[in-house]
Order: sequence, then C-alpha cells, then structure tokens
Amino acid sequence: MRRRTLLLAPLLAAAAPAAERILTLGGAVTETVFALGCADRLVGTDLTSRYPPVAATLPKTGYLRALGAEGVLSLRPSLILASADAGPPAALRQIAAAGVRIVTLEETHGPGPALDRIAAIAAALHRDATPLLNQLRADLAQLRADIAATKKHPRVLFLLSAGRGAPLAAGAETAADGMIHLAGARNAITTRTYRPISAEAVLLAAPDIIVTADDTLAGTGGIDGLLALPGMAPTPAGRARRVAAFDALYLLGFGPRLAYALRDLASVVHSNARLRPLPAAGASAG
Amino acid sequence: MTTPAILPASRVVFTPKTLLFAALGALFLLALLLEILLGPVAIAPGRLLHLLLGAPADATESAVLWQIRLPRALMAVAVGAALGMSGAAQQGLFRNQLADPALIGVSAGAALAAVTGIVLFAPLQAVLPIPPSLLIPVLAFGGGLAATFVALRLAGTDTAGLLLAGIAVNAACGAATGLLITLSDDRQLRDITFWTMGSLAAGGWAGGGIALLACLIAAVMILPTAPALDALLLGEREAGWLGVRVDRLRLRVVVATALAVGAAVAAAGIIGFVGLVVPHLLRLLGSPRHGLVLPGSALLGAALLLLADTLARGIASPAELPVGLVTSALGAPFFIVLLWRGRLA
Repeated sequence: MRRRTLLLAPLLAAAAPAAERILTLGGAVTETVFALGCADRLVGTDLTSRYPPVAATLPKTGYLRALGAEGVLSLRPSLILASADAGPPAALRQIAAAGVRIVTLEETHGPGPALDRIAAIAAALHRDATPLLNQLRADLAQLRADIAATKKHPRVLFLLSAGRGAPLAAGAETAADGMIHLAGARNAITTRTYRPISAEAVLLAAPDIIVTADDTLAGTGGIDGLLALPGMAPTPAGRARRVAAFDALYLLGFGPRLAYALRDLASVVHSNARLRPLPAAGASAG
Repeated sequence: MTTPAILPASRVVFTPKTLLFAALGALFLLALLLEILLGPVAIAPGRLLHLLLGAPADATESAVLWQIRLPRALMAVAVGAALGMSGAAQQGLFRNQLADPALIGVSAGAALAAVTGIVLFAPLQAVLPIPPSLLIPVLAFGGGLAATFVALRLAGTDTAGLLLAGIAVNAACGAATGLLITLSDDRQLRDITFWTMGSLAAGGWAGGGIALLACLIAAVMILPTAPALDALLLGEREAGWLGVRVDRLRLRVVVATALAVGAAVAAAGIIGFVGLVVPHLLRLLGSPRHGLVLPGSALLGAALLLLADTLARGIASPAELPVGLVTSALGAPFFIVLLWRGRLA
C-alpha cells in the first residue's frame, strides 16, 4: 500500500478544490477517502468509521441512521459522502437545505458495485481513482483464479450480533452472503437478510465452518461460548471447532481492502487451498 | 410553597394561582428562548433577530433556524403540552396518580401501527396511497385512535371497566408488536428502537402544526371539564349527585386525550415521563384543583420538552441524543427532590 501511495502522490496533489470540507458517513466510504489521499479534508465521520485507526480521532456524528441535523451542520461540511444507510431522511433534507452537497453511495454486496462506488467517491472528490481501481481489479482477478482452482464449495454460516441476545444469521442479500460466494463457498442460510436462527435451523444448515465478527465472538464468550449456542456443537463446524472471526468493517465493508479481506476469508474457508499472496499485502492488512 | 400564609393581608394583588401561572409562563418563555438560541451551531442573539426578520444571511444559519430550531420548538410545544395536559386529565378521570395516556392503549396502538409500518414498509407503501415520509405518522395516529376506540367499546359503562379494557388492549398490542419485532431484520430493529425513544427532529413544520392543532382541539374539549374532574375527586357516585354526567365526561376526556396523544406520538414517537410526572409536579407545586393542574401541566410539559430538546441537540454534539432519554434524565432528579421535600414537610 505504501508503495502505491507514493506512486500516486504527484497525481493527487494536482487535483480538486482545496477548500472542500468533507464529512463521511459509513466505514467503507471513510476508508475510500483515506485511500484516495483526501483524509486531510475530512471534518468528521460517523461511529461506523473505525479504519484507518486515525479516523477514530475525527469528530463523530453518532450512529449514521440517527443523525442530528444541527450537529452535522455545526461541523460546517461542504460535501457529505453518505452510504445509503445514512438517515433519517428528514435530517438529510434539513442538512441539504443549508446548502450542503450530499452524495449518496449505494450499498454494495459485490465486486463490480464496490469498484463503482470507489469511482463515484473519486469523482465527487475530483480525484483520479484509476491506479487504485486497476490494482483492485488485478488483485481480485488473481484471487478469483486461485479460488476457482480449489473446486470445493464448503457451507458457511455467518453470524453477527445486533446488540444483546443471540447473534443473527446472514441470509441472502447481505454483504456476508456476497463475500461467502466470492470466496467460493456456499451460504448455509438461504432466507433473506439477517434473522434470528433457531437450534434446528442451525442443525439443518449443517455448516462446515462458522464465520463471525470479532465483536460477536467476544460477545458470545469466544469460540467455546459460540459453540455452546443452541444447535452449534453437533454441526460439522462445531465438531471440528472451525470458527473464524474478522473485523466486521474489514470483512463486510466492500471498500479498498476488499481483496485482502477476500483472501483472508478464502484461506480459512478452504483450509488447504493455495492462494498466491497479493502484492504489498503486508502493508495494508492491519 | 403550598401555603398562602405569607402573603400580606392588606392588599393581596397576586394570588398563589396567578403567581404560579406567572412562574410557569416565565419558565416556558425562557425554555422557548433557549431552544431557539442555543445549539451546536452558534448564532449570536443579535444575528438571531436579523434572521427572524428575514434578512439575507449565511445559508447554514438560516437553515438551522428555519428548518431545524423553529420547527422543533413548535413540535416541543405541541407534544409537551399535549402529553402534560392529557396526563393530568387521565389522572383526574381515573382518580389515580399513576394513570397516564398509555393506560387506555393510545401509545401501544400507535406503537403497533408504527412498528407494522417499519417492518412492512415496502408492501404497505405499494398498497397505501401515502407519501413514504408520512406513512409511519399516519399509521401511528390511526393505530392510537383505533386502540382507544376498541378499549372504549370493550369498557362498558364504568371507569374500572375502561381500565381493564385498556390493560387488555395494551397486552394485545404488545404481543403483536413483539411478534413483528421477531420478524424484523437488524436495520428495522434499530429503527424501531429509535422510534420508541422519541425524537422531535422528523416532524418539521407540518408535523408540529398538525400536532399543535390536535393539542388545541383537545384543550378546548378538556379545559372546561376542570370543575367536573374536581367533583370526581369525591368519587363517581358523589360527582353524579353534584350533577356531573360521569359517562359523558369519560367519553369526552378519552376522545380528547386520544386525539392529542395520538397526534403527539405520530409526530414524535414515544416520549415518556412527561404525561405521568408533569401533573404530579404541578400538584406538588400548587393545589390539586384541575383549573390549575390542567393548563399548568400543558405549560410545564411544553417547557420541559423544550429544555430537553435543547439538551438533546447540544450535549453530545455533533451527535444527537433521543429526546425521550433526556426528558427522563432531566425530570427524574427534580421529581425526586420534590418528593423528598414533601416527605420532610
């Protein structure tokens, strides 16, 4: 990553009106602004923007679905890059009424839309995203070839907790579902969105591996706690104790780190696959 | 504070009642001023006057004043007054200081309808000819009125029956809401959580205006019932001997509070504490007479909600707190102090 940024530096310095005050809403959007080298113009972010770590030091507008219009305006942004989740709509209308340009970015569960989103953010910032996009395309193509060579499609159960209570299982139309398919695996759940899952449904799903978020794993009390949830222990994943956890934003963000996240997921899903390393992987995985 | 003994006997200009109203009025105006003056975006008081007079100005400042603070002030006044006055009237009607507008099912019915709207947003939007931003408020208002109507039909002819009917409606609505929550996905769940914590942000001029209209209609219906509610303190039969038509009084109070609270909940979601505790504060400050408690609760409810909203916008900036949290955080210690002093006296 460092090498690439150095190559980009002369290009980046040339473009864009310097006076733009940017507010980002959504973790992947914030990451992209950093990756495009525009972090110095950020005046604030939301609570889901936790990467890179320095993003945590910016003023926070709270949870992105419960924005306060006046609080956002007090940061005096001129451009808001908002993921489609941002709201409530009334607050966005009030912010727009103050003359702030709001660019809404669609949620993405696939590589194509993820590349489009990076391009859209670059366009809003008057930056050239070509080097970043080309690198991402090349990384994804290499991974796709390696993953296709494994010829196996393990069943993955993805769990995510929403506050208290048992974790929810990721069904179709989720970012987790998109990542599972990209990694050459099958989602063990076929219902839509994130739903609570009963013990019997877990048994029926018969996952070969359980993937979850770091926060969720900590909340359930580690691997032992997770496998102690109803129905987990007798599944193939439970018997082999195959549980993997990732940072939720890293794995599900579909941002500039998509290729690294996909390689990490594929390497735990296909335990004996041969995945070539990505260029400069070490510099950016942290 | 309750004894007029310290007043000079010779020329009593201010009765305790007018003093109390003057104090409440002053508190209300102060709260209104703070709501308009204070916030994360600093606007100097001098500039405020310019903005109010429509002078050309900075886009941010004028949007903050005209699109955010003034509509929110209107919402706070309408919702706070509606909840305070309705709570006072319900407590009088049920002769129970623990009564609040939720008792006859308004809030539970509105919550069920709102949660239905959140969970089944897409299919409902396809069926109902309502703009998306109005879907939840319209459903909530209808749900509140429907639940009250069911409670009234179940109630029969006595107040205890109405109480039981309210409990039944609350339980049924709660069960259905719980069922919908288990069907909801994670995003809908978060929307439901925020709705139940209340917010004055979404209503805007239209929501505030409609809530104020409903509140004024309810005030016209409720305020003249003060003498009848006073008589009811003696007991239902005793009030009947004094010439109070208790069944008509009950219908009138229930319909008026359902209207006011239904509109308030539709515009702002669930805001606790105001309806239950503001009438108590009034009784602790003054007398139990409804001529004082009913309008006083409206004024104090509005003032409390204005102050709560000022804090909700300000203390966590640039994030914002749900106003329902702040009303409880603000009101509870004050209430505890008053109870404590009352016990010592």
